[in-house]
Amino acid sequence: MSLDKDDVRQIAHLARLAVDDQRLPEHASNLSAILEFVEAMDAVDTAAVEPLAHPLEMRQRLRPDQVSEENQRELFQSVAPAVEGGLYLVPRVIE
Amino acid sequence: MMEWETVIGLEIHAQLATRSKIFSGASTAYGADPNTQACAVDLGLPGVLPVLNGEAVNMAVRFGLATGCSIAPHSVFARKNYFYPDLPKGYQISQYELPVVHDGEVTIELDDGETMRVGLTRAHLEEDAGKSLHEGFEGVTGIDLNRAGTPLLEIVSEPDLRSARQAVAYMKKIHSLVRYLEICDGNMQEGSFRCDANVSIRPKGQAEFGTRAEIKNLNSFRFVEKAINHEIERQIDLVESGGTVVQETRLYDSVKGETRSMRTKEEANDYRYFPDPDLLPLEITSEEVERIRATLPELPDAKKQRFMADYGLSAYDAGVLTASRDQADYFEAVVEAAGGEAKLAANWVMGDLSGALNRDGREVGDSPVTPAMLGGMLKRISDNTISGKIAKDVFEAMWNDEGDADAVIEAKGLKQVTDTGAIEAMIDEVIAANPGQVEQYRAGKDKLLGFFVGQVMKASKGKANPAQVNELLKKKLSG
Repeated sequence: MSLDKDDVRQIAHLARLAVDDQRLPEHASNLSAILEFVEAMDAVDTAAVEPLAHPLEMRQRLRPDQVSEENQRELFQSVAPAVEGGLYLVPRVIE
Repeated sequence: MMEWETVIGLEIHAQLATRSKIFSGASTAYGADPNTQACAVDLGLPGVLPVLNGEAVNMAVRFGLATGCSIAPHSVFARKNYFYPDLPKGYQISQYELPVVHDGEVTIELDDGETMRVGLTRAHLEEDAGKSLHEGFEGVTGIDLNRAGTPLLEIVSEPDLRSARQAVAYMKKIHSLVRYLEICDGNMQEGSFRCDANVSIRPKGQAEFGTRAEIKNLNSFRFVEKAINHEIERQIDLVESGGTVVQETRLYDSVKGETRSMRTKEEANDYRYFPDPDLLPLEITSEEVERIRATLPELPDAKKQRFMADYGLSAYDAGVLTASRDQADYFEAVVEAAGGEAKLAANWVMGDLSGALNRDGREVGDSPVTPAMLGGMLKRISDNTISGKIAKDVFEAMWNDEGDADAVIEAKGLKQVTDTGAIEAMIDEVIAANPGQVEQYRAGKDKLLGFFVGQVMKASKGKANPAQVNELLKKKLSG
């Protein structure tokens, strides 16, 4: 599988990465090489292999339903760029 | 003119009634000051790890068991990637390929008494996002992350629904179920129970589905019905005038009563789901499932059948009474306190009680008239201490904290007059005062009996036993 410039532009947009247009061909070629490398695994017959959801063969530990966190708003908001009335402020989002 | 068929599927989001969040120990209590219940995990700060709340899993399994779903012995959490300020991590932890619960069904009852089955594709666990507040700010948006990380069960139906009314009946059914199961408080104003509706149209008889539009965030039964009906009309108008429906997300504007486009869902795979490496697979053993099954309460359908069989109620009455567990419990406690009289109890619970609750905006759980008080009053109706009419006054007095039925009857002197002599004396007075009507009655105008009953009841200030009045009047008038 190989990616073209448009694919790279789209992926960059989804990841909110600013990619210089001039470097798109280079990224396309590098990313395509990675995909080709992974494609080598297609040669393996996996018909009898169970899909692996996680490399650790353990089950999810569950937590009792108890409130254990205290209010630390002041601490968390001390590093926020802008707050007002307890709210985090961000550039206006219009729906 | 082409005949169209509507196809609807609902995605219902039910906030699970846990005390703490799905992946953190922050409180889920509603209405706290902004961001006072948003901890480091909810904020997506670097270095934190999610730990799954066992109670959220229990609740999902309860729902699955109540709807005949399969409980996945092995399910997986996935990251759904998108950027929005109320989602600090840049992804929502959800379930994608292997949901915890899948393939079940519910039976819904329509207004005409018909029933239909609605398939459930799946129900999966995920975290809620925070809230964006746009009003009162100039050029910025305020973000409250208290809701971020609240556990949600997303319940996805098959595209089995064919009209807005069916969709509402289905949503009400799920609403009733989650409250019976005590897994969601069902509060739609607070957003604890809301839905997205996928709506499409196709020519009647066509097998393939049309392109669907998704209407987001409908938080009342009325809006669901109106939004879907509007959307059906919009799509038919569009197609009949030569246009095509595009797959997109639409928002219902309850003020204008219409839906409008939010953003185009260009590709479904924009979310780039992948298994969340921070969470291990969720394993649920059959022993755990059986342990949870043993704790399930009697569910609405079974309760309705039992009410019909045990109390001799009509399907309609049994359906109304079992719509909520609190109301069903209240009714049964009234019957218990009254020592029977199920039909009378049903009438009072569905009539005066529910009228008073509506009027004062109260829930049955905090009715000032307890089941014991109402049952006690019904006893006084059945032993003829008071008439049904006087009982309405007694009920109002009990509602206004004037004590139980016996105290009210005593204090207000409402005890029914059953002394034959006293009633006869009143009848004699009424007969003497209305010679004209007596003559007409005796001449064959039977309908006048009602007039005489009314006069005697008035003379007794409503306290005479109506059955006795009737009987004695007939005797006297014919004599």
